[in-house]
Amino acid sequence: MENKIYSLGIDVGSTTVKSVIIDENKKIIYSKYERHFSKVKETVKNQLEIIADEYKNVKFHLAVTGSAGLGLAEGAGLPFVQEVHSAFIAVKEAYPDADVVIELGGEDAKIIFLTGGVEQRMNGSCAGGTGAFIDQMATLLGVTASELDKFSLKAEKVYPIASRCGVFAKSDIQPLLNQGAKHEDIAASIFQAVVDQTVSGLAQGRTIEGKVLFLGGPLFFLQGLRKAFIDTLRLDGGNAIFPEQASVFMAYGSALFAEKSDDIFNIDEVISKVENATATDRIVTGERLFRSHEEYEEFIARHSKSDLKYADIRTYEGNAYLGIDAGSTTTKMVLINDSGELLYQHYSSNKGQPLDMVVKKLKEIYSLKNDRLIIRGSAVTGYGEELLKAGLSVDIGVVETVAHFKAASFFCPDVDFIIDIGGQDIKCFKIKNGVIDSIMLNEACSSGCGSFIQTFAVALGYDIDEFAKLGLFAENPVDLGSRCTVFMNSSVKQAQKDGASVEDISAGLSSSIIKNAVYKVIRAKSVEELGKNIVVQGGTFLNDAVLRAFEMELGRNVIRPAISGLMGAFGAALYAKEKVKQNVIKKTTLISQEELETFSYASKNSQCRGCTGNCSINIITFNGGRKFISGNRCEKGAGLKKNDENLDLYDYKYKKLLEIVSEKPKNPVAKVGLPLVLHYYEQLPLWHRFFTDLSFEVIISEESTRNTYFKGQHTIPSDTVCYPAKLAHGHIESLLEKGVDFIFYPCASYNIDEEISDNHYNCPVVAYYPELLKANNLRLNDNNFIHPYLDLNRKNHVVNVMKNVLTRYNVNKKDIENALESGFKARDDYYQGVVAEGQRIINEAREKGKKIIVLAGRPYHIDPEINHGIHKLITSLGMAVVTEDSISHLGKVPKLHVLNQWTYHARLYKAAQYVLTQLDMQLVQLVSFGCGIDAITSDEVRSILEGAGKLYTQLKIDEISNLGAAKIRLRSLIAAME
Amino acid sequence: MRDYPIFTPEMKKTHTILVPDMLPIHFNLIISIFRQKGYKFELLQTSSRAVVDEGLKNVHNDTCYPALLVIGQFMEALKSGRYNPDTTALMLTQTGGGCRASNYIHLLRKALKTQFPQVPVISLNFSGLEKEGSFEITPPMFVQLLKAVLYGDLLMLLYNQCKPYELVKNKTDEVLKKWQNKLGRQFEERFTLASTKTYKEILDDFAKIERSSEKKIKVGIVGEIYVKYSPLANNHLEEFLISEGCEPVVPPLLEFVLYCAITAVVNSKLYGYVNKNSILYKIGYDLIYSEQKKLIKTIKAHGVFEPMHDFEHLRRAADRFIHQGVSMGEGWLITAGMAVLAETGTKNIICAQPFGCLPNHIVAKGMSREIKNAYPDANIVAIDYDPGATKVNQENRIKLMLANARAME
Repeated sequence: MENKIYSLGIDVGSTTVKSVIIDENKKIIYSKYERHFSKVKETVKNQLEIIADEYKNVKFHLAVTGSAGLGLAEGAGLPFVQEVHSAFIAVKEAYPDADVVIELGGEDAKIIFLTGGVEQRMNGSCAGGTGAFIDQMATLLGVTASELDKFSLKAEKVYPIASRCGVFAKSDIQPLLNQGAKHEDIAASIFQAVVDQTVSGLAQGRTIEGKVLFLGGPLFFLQGLRKAFIDTLRLDGGNAIFPEQASVFMAYGSALFAEKSDDIFNIDEVISKVENATATDRIVTGERLFRSHEEYEEFIARHSKSDLKYADIRTYEGNAYLGIDAGSTTTKMVLINDSGELLYQHYSSNKGQPLDMVVKKLKEIYSLKNDRLIIRGSAVTGYGEELLKAGLSVDIGVVETVAHFKAASFFCPDVDFIIDIGGQDIKCFKIKNGVIDSIMLNEACSSGCGSFIQTFAVALGYDIDEFAKLGLFAENPVDLGSRCTVFMNSSVKQAQKDGASVEDISAGLSSSIIKNAVYKVIRAKSVEELGKNIVVQGGTFLNDAVLRAFEMELGRNVIRPAISGLMGAFGAALYAKEKVKQNVIKKTTLISQEELETFSYASKNSQCRGCTGNCSINIITFNGGRKFISGNRCEKGAGLKKNDENLDLYDYKYKKLLEIVSEKPKNPVAKVGLPLVLHYYEQLPLWHRFFTDLSFEVIISEESTRNTYFKGQHTIPSDTVCYPAKLAHGHIESLLEKGVDFIFYPCASYNIDEEISDNHYNCPVVAYYPELLKANNLRLNDNNFIHPYLDLNRKNHVVNVMKNVLTRYNVNKKDIENALESGFKARDDYYQGVVAEGQRIINEAREKGKKIIVLAGRPYHIDPEINHGIHKLITSLGMAVVTEDSISHLGKVPKLHVLNQWTYHARLYKAAQYVLTQLDMQLVQLVSFGCGIDAITSDEVRSILEGAGKLYTQLKIDEISNLGAAKIRLRSLIAAME
Repeated sequence: MRDYPIFTPEMKKTHTILVPDMLPIHFNLIISIFRQKGYKFELLQTSSRAVVDEGLKNVHNDTCYPALLVIGQFMEALKSGRYNPDTTALMLTQTGGGCRASNYIHLLRKALKTQFPQVPVISLNFSGLEKEGSFEITPPMFVQLLKAVLYGDLLMLLYNQCKPYELVKNKTDEVLKKWQNKLGRQFEERFTLASTKTYKEILDDFAKIERSSEKKIKVGIVGEIYVKYSPLANNHLEEFLISEGCEPVVPPLLEFVLYCAITAVVNSKLYGYVNKNSILYKIGYDLIYSEQKKLIKTIKAHGVFEPMHDFEHLRRAADRFIHQGVSMGEGWLITAGMAVLAETGTKNIICAQPFGCLPNHIVAKGMSREIKNAYPDANIVAIDYDPGATKVNQENRIKLMLANARAME
């Protein structure tokens, strides 16, 4: 073995270290794959030492690759090669006939196109993790990644799960779990989401075909994921290649890269270089959580004061009340007596089976208690509320916000502010005059809450308690920013790269959670806004580091009840007690010990036929014949009650539009396609009339469904644009399918000037989206896609442009003028209809004594695929729904602190002002995720409403159709109105 | 109606006006002009974590990154104790148009309202917004500003063409410094006119810097104006590229000025109207454009350095991909910028944008594909900037682009 020179490639990824040695013939003679648990330097050094042992007297060409390798190579002064590039080199060597390479790593997804123009791409900063995402989902289900894999192979159906970002996917999966969907199906759905994300997010319009090479850990280990890729890409056996050395492929590539260099290293020299690698001085550190153990003990002593009294369930005799909080990831239960003493408590992860957990624990309660302990009432709160009411006949449901308020007031009767950080949610409420005054919840995007820190702990090889404790005395907590999970992942990666210790990362994560809550959810400018008495709760605050970080951020002490994690359940129990005293619960209906013994259930998937929505639903049948249906967007599917469509202006507007466009001319000269998207939801009557009068047959695209989105997904170039815009791609496909002569979709910087604002712009996306569609759909050209620039405020100009556009159909100018006039009239008629109907709904609601919700958004928010049926949800909760544009003319332009320059938003402000004058109206703002304009309007609308004592409720919507969060907000709103 | 203070003429004597950091070279020259008029100005160059934290605290977190940084920088300065809030004013540029950037000034006022209600904000704009309390830009002053931009563009251009190749370390920085001081003094002392002579002197001075003839990879930077230029926003992108052995190609600020001017003209034609503004802007455009041509001609005649792109050429390049009616934010200018870079041999292009930038969905990511179709070896990468986005993530993507670039050579 003397005087040999081999080549060594080291791949340091976000979670693993891989090394490969190749000999003179480029043959792999050694390889190793190992998780580094964030101890990057040590792991690399360790691997090098093994190599030094095995290959004495051998010298090496060497190159480092990988996301965490970048910093290490820099610090140690070793050659570096970018990881996608090393994959490229390895593929060229080992699989020269491959056409496409897909590589999923711990947190990056990459694609390389080899034929037809070489192109190497990585996921953008928002595309979320892949390997880490799968790990996170597995944790959510309480299984390992390989168990998840086994499940997926037995799946019967696949649910649509948001594929853009891990956080969104989670919001889709959680309700499925809570509704009792099968783990097998969910597992397959998770893998399918990863595939969709890769296909849409990375390929962005380039077709993946030919020989496809799959690389990276997840694709190496997970059969279900492989299968999903093969099925989706329709690859036959020979065209899907899973290399033997997939897991160390990048290391192999960097070894090949190293081979070409002249530099030769002695392995001992490399070890010392790695040892002495200087961390680039990039870590920003925050303040230490505790300077001394004394400080910590003082802190512990202070908080132990907020403890409850306990009583023994085995000996206590008398009345008891059960509270259940069926949260998204955890199940909490308490049993209390008349004086609020705790008889029983339980807190655990529900492992995706909330019902099973409650049944098990309820059995335990029944077996522990003595015969003289009588459960008088029971209440349930949380995501699983409906399920448990149906399954276990729990007496009453209570909305989470109310439950938490009840519990907090028990500990601090004059509480001003409550903040609850749970597994998935951050909930904050301000209390004024003994009622909930405003509610702030985290958006789907910033869900980096409790479960996030837990997933991190697991990824780094710790359990959560141990991990959190590590941070308490960290010397240099890392400043990790305050963004969503995905961003935090890469912040952690950077910190690791720069040599931060696990302790520092743990402390940093605790601070991040707090910063996220304070900056993003509460949006507080000063502590004074929060009031004097602050109660914190939720499982995450049981973590002392998080609590300490919160006190430090606020600069004041807060109250943390010792049962912080059980507050929802405790509040529910108090609520049950209250309802028993008020005689609302006369005799408890809670499932008895005997019934519980024989309790069983079966779940089945189906599709609702209640309306055209075709919701995918899940039916759980309990023994005894009770049924629970979930997944339905409205109450119709549940077979309970019919929605009051009569009091729903969203419904009216949508149907009216479709009715208008059904009119066709007698002898059409051509078919013009109008996509049912963005500003067309407002201008359809105009253009329909215009074209119909000129004897064109107007064809509109299909009504949006999730499928419409999938249809156009491959032509979406920017994955962070709003969902309404993304849907446009599918609508164009739909029109092309329908065989129109041309699609007419004008660009418009300006909207119609309603003389209510300083200017009357459209937002950039509404204004120019046709340009993007044209550039990214290969089937569109100047003949079949007409997108002139129009300013509808200048009729002469519109006439001239349209004359030009329609030259090939020989339409004369006079006819165009007339058609445009009647087009404008049709638009006015439509709007007068909306206003009149709005007024009718308001009047009727008042006669019936119903509250009125102004569901304020944009014209295109009437698309059922965009609003996910939120309006139906509102009517099913017994309220009437009107739109912002049906009442904005009644309001005045309020005093604003921003430039009022967009037509749609000017309506919003006026509608908000009008709501102030109406006692029985509340405004709920619909905001599409990614809407940059609403970052400005939502604060403004909030201040208009709250300035006059109204509540502000915002519902953020995206491609996910999880109505759970919306429901909590709406029910809290109702509770606050009462 | 107004519930915020405005900048009154008397404040000229008492107040220090703070300006955010976007383009250090240009802004320093511009400040000199205002100094000459008797104003006290200071360019903020803070970049601590506190800037970002203040931004996060004071601005809705979904607002674009530039707003967050600019407002964060102001708030950090006011809270730092370095300035007396009673004698400090803030200045912000306001472009107008359908992009949310027109709202920065209002967001800044909102942030000030509870904490520093006495601090006036001055809008620097040419769109007729905020007439009250803004500076009156007299025609001679306009000419001076234009000159500052032209000089700034020339210095930036030459710096980027010399720095990566300099043989004597920091020689380029010295020359830059020398000219910044010299021009600054000139602006402070007197109103100056024609400058072809000065252009030549500057060109000569930079040409004297000893440079290697090594071939380096050229990397073009296009994107949202603040993120594209400001080192604070783009994590010192130019410096990073130079350290990676590349030559950064950064488009001049004048392009953006010309773009703003021509937008009014284009729109009037597009939507069929003529008004005072469109006529004035046309005159302004012609004037500025002729100045750009003069500068380009001088650089060409001098023969050592590569001049900036002719703006009319950019407009024609845009026409191949997108309509010039796309005029919110940087609009078609970004598309044209990418196209012209690819066309003239700078195949590697970074599109720097704030995360979630609305116009950029259309003009940057939305047009990449067509540009790649036209120039198959164009190597475009879009990098998002955001308070949460990490440098390692950004750098890794840029490194991938560079690996591609090297492989293609």
